[in-house]
Amino acid sequence: MSETSAFSVPGSDTQHGASNIQLPATDAILSARNLRVVRGGVTILDVPEFVVREGEVLCLIGPNGAGKTTLLQNICYLHKSFEGEVMFRGKIIGKDHGVFDYRRRVAMVFQEPLLFDTTVFKNVASGLTFRGVDKKEIRKRVAENLERFGIAHLRDRSARTLSGGEAQRTSLARAFATKPEILFLDEPFASLDPPTREGLTRDLEKILLESQTTTISATHDRNEALRLSDRIAFMRNGKIEQLGTPAELVNNPLDEFVASFVGVETVLTGNVVGKGEGGTWIVSVSGKDIEVTEPLSEGESVVIHISPENVILSNNFVSKKTSLRNYFAARITCIMPMGPFIKVYLDCGFPLVAYITNESKESLGLSEEKAVTASFKATAVQVIARKETEID
Amino acid sequence: MDLIFEGIIKAFWLLVTFDPEVMSIMFLSLKISGSATLVSLFIGLSAGSALALTQFPGKKIVVGAVNTGMGLPPVVVGLFVSIFLWRSGPLGFLELLYTPTAIIIAQSIIATPIVTGITLASLQQLPKKMRLQILALGASRAQMVWMLVKEAKLPLLAAVMAGFGGVISEIGASIMVGGNIKGYSRVLTTATVMETSKGNFDIAIALSIILLFLAYLINLVLTYVQQRERPR
Repeated sequence: MSETSAFSVPGSDTQHGASNIQLPATDAILSARNLRVVRGGVTILDVPEFVVREGEVLCLIGPNGAGKTTLLQNICYLHKSFEGEVMFRGKIIGKDHGVFDYRRRVAMVFQEPLLFDTTVFKNVASGLTFRGVDKKEIRKRVAENLERFGIAHLRDRSARTLSGGEAQRTSLARAFATKPEILFLDEPFASLDPPTREGLTRDLEKILLESQTTTISATHDRNEALRLSDRIAFMRNGKIEQLGTPAELVNNPLDEFVASFVGVETVLTGNVVGKGEGGTWIVSVSGKDIEVTEPLSEGESVVIHISPENVILSNNFVSKKTSLRNYFAARITCIMPMGPFIKVYLDCGFPLVAYITNESKESLGLSEEKAVTASFKATAVQVIARKETEID
Repeated sequence: MDLIFEGIIKAFWLLVTFDPEVMSIMFLSLKISGSATLVSLFIGLSAGSALALTQFPGKKIVVGAVNTGMGLPPVVVGLFVSIFLWRSGPLGFLELLYTPTAIIIAQSIIATPIVTGITLASLQQLPKKMRLQILALGASRAQMVWMLVKEAKLPLLAAVMAGFGGVISEIGASIMVGGNIKGYSRVLTTATVMETSKGNFDIAIALSIILLFLAYLINLVLTYVQQRERPR
């Protein structure tokens, strides 16, 4: 008996592998073809096709060394270390469109603010000064962007005296002052503390919505990506492995790794053992039967995930006649406060995670090692991937 | 001890009364070493920037040579400049030996590797992404280089001070190519050596105090630069 190793993904609009990307050419502000970067004989970037639509926010996510920064810096033309073509508004950069002119129509913000050793005003004005914009216009555009990022009061302060958040706001204002047609963000909030990052993400979200600036952002922070982006590209080993809307990535991740990266908590592998009541299918996970609504085939090996917010905990036995098709006796293995909610780790014979409120914890009297009942609807179970089992 | 004590008192008297001979030696030294520093700045800033911002095969060998040059012995420089400017030497027709110009040439050769090396280090100490950030803000290559030099302005000031400090305090080259001619090519270091050998400790101490004061000023600026923080 042998098994095929390839996982296919159930029907969805999500594109796995950038070569499948097909978008109307009129939509594209930036596109790249056969982009390849090789260093020391190792291919560190391999993107057959990459299209960015005008006005969209596209986030690149993926583990360290996935090639996010390399992709950003190359399509921003800060290096010319790649093979392939990058097109801006349909024109090939370096051939039909000048590199210098292209760079003056885009802007990039790095993880470090990289401010110049001068005042906040002069920092924000620097991109305009490079372009030879007249002083009156510079004053107007700098004032607008200082106000926009809430740093007008820091106008005459030396960049040396700014906090991390203020410095990154200055860096963003400096980029926006040039009115870029494409904004590249390379993990701009990565070195900020959580409250500062939250405030800045909220402001940037609002500004991007207002300005409709096309943005390509590399980030490690899935919440930032899910919040800001119209589409997310998941990168691994220099390749774009999955591209889709945030909902598509969360509901239909390519594999377990992508699932864990976008924050899916409970990912389980099981076998389809037969049909349940009302057209559901039964997936056996560690000897426990889980009812699933998605169409499956008996004998299939599948990877499923159960969203923690869909798991309900109770102290009482749950009747099988309720809409909650799945119910399991569980033991609480860990309770982890997560600020506004609590994450509860359960052992049901398989691991399960539930999110509950502080009030629910108090009213149920939950504690570690306590026995509870965990339940969830069959519709709360989503199939990430499936593996055909072949019999010789 | 009396000799030293009396020497110091006389030296202060020479300084506070602006003794014409001491003042003339000091101003000539400042003029010669200042000129040599300017020449070395022009060459060293350009060479250091080019080295820092370009990649080419054999760069490490060139950087190694610059670093070696930072410790160039002044007497060796003095020897070769003397040979070149000697009446029968390759540049003898210029008749520059035993002139202030000859000292400026020798001191420039001593200071240039110092300025080049510090410029190179200053630009390399800037965050690596600073260059990309400047380009990403729409700067031309010339604007990028200028911005980097501006960002490294304080370490570059250190290069100026180190270059000046290196030449104002050297003696080997100055005495060999300048000749220590009174009122013409006599500088602080050569005069100190001569006055000491003559037993005129008061003048020698007065000249030494001026040298020490200049050295202190230079180190004060360097300390300030070293302890300064960069923006985020």
